[in-house]
Amino acid sequence: MTNLRAVLRHAFLLLLAVVMLYPVLWMVVSSLRPSNEIFRTPGLVLDGLQVQNYSLGWDALAAPFGHYMVNSAIVVLGAIIGNLVSCSMAAYAFARLEFTGKRIWFAIMLGTIMLPIHVIIVPQYIMFSQVGWVNTFLPLIIPKMLATDAFFVFLMVQFIRALPRELDEAARIDGAGHPRIFLRIILPLMVPALATTTIFTFIWTWNDFFSQLIYLTDPDMYTVPVALRSFVDATVDTSWGSMFAMSVVSLVPIFLAFLIGQRYLIRGIATTGIK
Amino acid sequence: MTALGELQRLRASRGGPPRKRENKAAFLFLLPWFAGLLLITAGPIAVSLVLGFTDYNLIQPPEFNGLDNFNRMLSDERLHSALRVTFTYVLVSVPLQLACALGLALLLDRGLRGLSFYRSAFYLPSLLGSSVAIAVLWQQIFGAEGMVNQVLGLIGVQGRGWISDPSTALSTLIVLNVWTFGAPMVIFLAGLRQIPVMYYEAAAVDGANRWTQFRKITVPLLSPIIFFNLVLQVIHAFQSFTQAFVVSGGSGGPSDSTLFYTLYLYQRGFNNFDMGYASALAWLLLVIIAGFTAVNFWAAKRWVFYDD
Repeated sequence: MTNLRAVLRHAFLLLLAVVMLYPVLWMVVSSLRPSNEIFRTPGLVLDGLQVQNYSLGWDALAAPFGHYMVNSAIVVLGAIIGNLVSCSMAAYAFARLEFTGKRIWFAIMLGTIMLPIHVIIVPQYIMFSQVGWVNTFLPLIIPKMLATDAFFVFLMVQFIRALPRELDEAARIDGAGHPRIFLRIILPLMVPALATTTIFTFIWTWNDFFSQLIYLTDPDMYTVPVALRSFVDATVDTSWGSMFAMSVVSLVPIFLAFLIGQRYLIRGIATTGIK
Repeated sequence: MTALGELQRLRASRGGPPRKRENKAAFLFLLPWFAGLLLITAGPIAVSLVLGFTDYNLIQPPEFNGLDNFNRMLSDERLHSALRVTFTYVLVSVPLQLACALGLALLLDRGLRGLSFYRSAFYLPSLLGSSVAIAVLWQQIFGAEGMVNQVLGLIGVQGRGWISDPSTALSTLIVLNVWTFGAPMVIFLAGLRQIPVMYYEAAAVDGANRWTQFRKITVPLLSPIIFFNLVLQVIHAFQSFTQAFVVSGGSGGPSDSTLFYTLYLYQRGFNNFDMGYASALAWLLLVIIAGFTAVNFWAAKRWVFYDD
């Protein structure tokens, strides 16, 4: 009886997993089919490999697709460095220092976790266009340098609080100031939190479409999501194969981040409940 | 401990014994964050409140126009469509998504073999769901000749162009949001781990069946997590943009059936450069989200159970 139950449960879970991942698998398979066959079959069996979908797609836009991947990589790298530096600094202050109005500032910080970017995008755009930063990567990177991804501040605060205070005290007795305690003691111990931040920042920034669409209108500055979207607009019925090919290419970094950082991703959302 | 729990605890606690203040060091460490608050988050909110009372097209200086923008909202048919679409999307997709997340978390709980495989398989879509590539894929599989119709064709059902039909276009986006139930599921799984096994053992000894155990133990002890997921996913759903934008080619069509609020705001602000009205729309969005969150918090008093 219990055995039958277990078998049924596994059968259901496996079926569901297949159903959920099927569209993604179908996209991968379709990217290797001739365009005129894609919409004739829902199956996953390939007759041959239409590899030229990838080479055609790669060169279908004004610049080779690699150009947009480099642009995305620059934005992602800037965002990661910005988040790591600024959020860890803020987190140290909230977790370890006493200061005037701490409770209120902390509450404000938590509140901004839930603030949608759409609410602030208009004045932010006006500000960045006044300083001439539209069509540069700065509006996408500078906010990260200023700890505006508050979930990471919160994640790191939680992590630092769990570290024994005796370590700081010992260092302080040895005459270390806060910058030194932060750099020499806290930072090396919070590597797991930094890893979680890195991976989430990577995935979110790579996927982010809204702000990249708004700030990057010059095709030369397009990042992967914006380029992919212009591909969709330019595609007339015929080249679905190469469009799927570039969609697959655009998801490869996410897959890799998922494979490498799964542990940190799961732990990250489990402790702070972020997506 | 989640961010919400933290906020509630913060409200309950009233400072301990005074400790030595280190304002200078704290200020230095918080300098980037303060600058961000001023320039990137709180500052722009205040500015957009002011701009909400102006007519501004980025070229001429903003011109104060009183309550014009807000009067315009009352008669703006497209705004009303956007509100209808967005509310439907939030109110339908979030409960479905959370029900799937909780159901699967319960199935996966406690020493199931292959747990980490299943968890990964179900979690992966929530990492992909907001990408342009998946939106493109969705547009194709729900198209008139898409995969969904081919599968339906195999069992003899005549499909339709799910995305080109205004009565079903939004449903495809709801399906897409439900598809990303993996993230709240992982949070539920972590919450379920916190419930001591002995509660269930004791209940079983007392003869409680699984349904009773679920209602009397799991639901109350998990309710803070359910609440947390609810608040988070509601806020998240209000912000959906990419999927509707890509699927409708930026229009919100067919006949505004996928015109998410954020998409309408984008059109007004960044297609029409109607920045004054867009600011007013942004504020309305903030008020709506804050309102929903407040209602959630208020209702939570009736059903969320706190241990301490």
